[in-house]
Amino acid sequence: MTPVGVGLLAQQGLGGLAAALAVLTPDRARSRVGGVACAAVALAGAVTGGLALSGARGGLVMPTALAGVDLTLRPDRLGGLFILVVSVIGLLVSVYGLGYAVGPAASRTAWGALAVFLLGMQQVPAAADAVSFLLGWETMALASTVLLLAEQARRSRVRSAALWYAVMTQLSFVLLLAGFAVLAAVGGGTGFARLASVDPGSPAAAVAFVLLVLGFACKAGVVPLHVWLPRAHPEAPSHVSAAMSGAMVNMGVYGALLVGVRLLPGGPGWWGAVLLVLGGGSALYGILQASVTTDLKRLLAYSTSENVGLMFLALGAALALRASGRTGAADAALVGCVLLVVSHAAFKTTLFLGAGSVLHGTGERDLDRLGGLGARMPWTAAAFGVACLGAASLPVTSGFVAEWTLLQALIHGGSPGDRLLAVLIPVAVAVVALTAGLALLTFVKAYGVGFLARPRSPQAAQAHEASPAMRLALVAGAAAVVLLGVLPGPVAVVLARAVGASSVHPVGLAGVDLTGVGALLDPVALSVLAAAVGVPVLVAAAVSARRHPRRRTALTWGCGGARVSPRMQYTATSYAEPLVRVFDDALQPVRDVEVTHATESRYLVERVRFRQRVGDVVEARAYRPVLAMAHWVGERAPGLQNGSIHRYLGYSFAALLAVLLVAVL
Amino acid sequence: MSWSSAALAAVQVVLVVAVSPVLVGVTRQVRARLEGRVGPGVGQPWRDLRKLLAKEPLRAEGASAVAVAAPVVLLVSSLVVVALLPLVGVVALPLVPDDLFVVVSVLLVGTVALALLGLDSGSAFGGMGSSRHMTIAALVEPTVLVAVYALSIPVGSSTLSLIVRARLDTPSSVASPTSLLAVVALAIAVLAETGRLPVDNPSTHLELTMVHEAMVLESSGRDLAWLELGSWLRLAALLGLVGNLLAPWGVATSATPPALLVGAVVVTGKLLVLGAALGAGEVVMAKLRLFRVPELLAGSFVLAFLAVTASYLVV
Repeated sequence: MTPVGVGLLAQQGLGGLAAALAVLTPDRARSRVGGVACAAVALAGAVTGGLALSGARGGLVMPTALAGVDLTLRPDRLGGLFILVVSVIGLLVSVYGLGYAVGPAASRTAWGALAVFLLGMQQVPAAADAVSFLLGWETMALASTVLLLAEQARRSRVRSAALWYAVMTQLSFVLLLAGFAVLAAVGGGTGFARLASVDPGSPAAAVAFVLLVLGFACKAGVVPLHVWLPRAHPEAPSHVSAAMSGAMVNMGVYGALLVGVRLLPGGPGWWGAVLLVLGGGSALYGILQASVTTDLKRLLAYSTSENVGLMFLALGAALALRASGRTGAADAALVGCVLLVVSHAAFKTTLFLGAGSVLHGTGERDLDRLGGLGARMPWTAAAFGVACLGAASLPVTSGFVAEWTLLQALIHGGSPGDRLLAVLIPVAVAVVALTAGLALLTFVKAYGVGFLARPRSPQAAQAHEASPAMRLALVAGAAAVVLLGVLPGPVAVVLARAVGASSVHPVGLAGVDLTGVGALLDPVALSVLAAAVGVPVLVAAAVSARRHPRRRTALTWGCGGARVSPRMQYTATSYAEPLVRVFDDALQPVRDVEVTHATESRYLVERVRFRQRVGDVVEARAYRPVLAMAHWVGERAPGLQNGSIHRYLGYSFAALLAVLLVAVL
Repeated sequence: MSWSSAALAAVQVVLVVAVSPVLVGVTRQVRARLEGRVGPGVGQPWRDLRKLLAKEPLRAEGASAVAVAAPVVLLVSSLVVVALLPLVGVVALPLVPDDLFVVVSVLLVGTVALALLGLDSGSAFGGMGSSRHMTIAALVEPTVLVAVYALSIPVGSSTLSLIVRARLDTPSSVASPTSLLAVVALAIAVLAETGRLPVDNPSTHLELTMVHEAMVLESSGRDLAWLELGSWLRLAALLGLVGNLLAPWGVATSATPPALLVGAVVVTGKLLVLGAALGAGEVVMAKLRLFRVPELLAGSFVLAFLAVTASYLVV
């Protein structure tokens, strides 16, 4: 048996053990035992993924009760990469859970489901046939639904979130089942090798592509199939939301890559255009919603829609460019897509874990009631801040490298010969740019309003720092964000090999050279340059500081008045107000201003109350009518069944006629 | 190659640090004279800096380490941009080419530092300035990147020194419609990014209309000095870039001392001319209402977008 096979077997064994331990251990020790056991599952996965990523072959074949249907797990390099990403996130989440999970979040069900969830997510990228892929997919979906309900199953918002999630995730499953069925019928088997034998130019491949991409987009949270995401992520326990947002949505991206790169490579150009438009829309809508929302975890959830949108956009650009023969730019776009996956995994996990610490330390996740946490939660603030830099794609973090690669691929992709590309690529650049700009605002808001300034509520004023295990996970996540950003060269080379892209080389100390498009980036050299110009500044500051070493504390400027209360600060709502006005049509906010006049005179105002709600336009326009119609049909349906035997006989007769008609025609 | 480009970067940094306060002084002086005032003289920004560095910095109640770090970060980001951009010459550093995406990202680091500084003080004005500043920055971003894209198409690279060198080699490309559209779009973006009229009024101190001034309200002493110098450097670097794109003549193509001397003199001249033009332009212009700014930026975006599509579909 090969090392990869041993690793896969170890995952299965440890996963079962972890679930059993979670059920058997008594309440007091469960979080410790469960955390360690889940970490072991993740560690086994990380080793397997690392081996597969480095090119080790091998796998595991598990016979089933059905004759001729074996479950084959044989990860290739791309699968290995996703196993590695999922497992590293799993490890962070398990360590964090050691300190975070208490009460209902540390129940038998919760820890058991987490182990199964991790196992399911490790199985999906390892699968080498459609059946084991779908089995892993469903395991992951069911376990995550259970986890969603783990903490506060009795609250109606959580129940509604779980319902939305369950419906959308099953919709995704049905679409995938149909898509794989089409491919399997044409290819003559369920193994990926058989599926890949389908001609990508055939109509069957086009049908399968649309079905599969919709199914994967649903799981990845791409607009307009994102509606479950901003509901489910805020309500799940924070370490679970980190796993869902950092790892699970990546499975959707993995699926899209699987279809575009491994199963049906060389599809027509419009496939790329579909992915690009889907991704671009998702990126813009996601970040726009994120920038105006005030609930910290909801903000992060919408930002996931944005990042996944960018990944789909990159993949779409890669497919479209490849179809028009621009392989250099296509390869760069593909590497950009995987870099986005890795970077998003790192910073989004850290952000959700940070949000968990905030929730743990204050009991609040509404930014309008937070503030000043930097002083009371320095570790969380530092880690969250670094992750925010990554999410805003500023140098020198992982997000910056990923976005730079994507932009370089795009600007070298346009060509006068191809009209489709000549229109699509500039639009894509503009979308990426606007997304980047809004992401900047979003994360300045999240960090600045949450962690700087003065506390806006007593809960925020009495915040306490997270426990050591939580801090460890946070710091490790933040370190990953920085390391991936400082040393992109080796990372990009490994990733390029995983997606089969050539023309990516290391340069300088750890820089990346996209020879296909003739651009290079060396963050280490950039940092050295910053240090070189920074030293004189610091020297000058030190000289100036000799005269006045300490800063006196003075009153904040209040237009001559000393009455400056924390309530006069800008909140998250007011911070995004200019943006809400600019994008009024797209967001359609509902505002309510209530003015109470003083009894003495109606020219004196006693109280003003302002309320603003920004709903989800896509949900209101696309889903509500469908739900209303389903409701309407449901209400009318009992009318069919009035108890009259004559009517039932009539129905049977009509049904018989219909069957006969179908049979004859 | 490496040493000569490092020498060029060092020359640029020293020159622009020396010239940028003068540039601001010229802008203010031209404006003052046209408005019928005597004006403080060209050297006033330098005297302000010296004064601020000698003064005691104060700290707002509840402020964190950001209040101390942000000014330094802004200044360092501006210095890195100055070192990278092709101002005096077009000899790029080998491992850190002046890729415009990198330059924009480094500028954004400064933007974010300033925005966080505004929020840190916990005053209503700081938050207001920070919010407006980030909104404008977010909306400028598409214009900048699409304009860069348009400029990069003829050269096949987003490296600025290559773009400027190509314009030097084929002067007719400077006046081509696509390049003009792109440069105009970029110029509007530069005005917005550096907080000049009609987007923000640099000389206003009316709390409800200011953007930049609102964020630095709580800073004093050397903190304020770093903030001011950082913003001036940013203005000088971006004006210099626009100047070199519009008139690439005179930039040093090698790092020999005579070439550097000529390059330094020429870029100083360009900067001062552009600064005077900026000052004169600001006299006849009023500040736009904040909610009209998106229209201006959308207009500049359309110009940039036209430049890109034109270079694909018309040529």
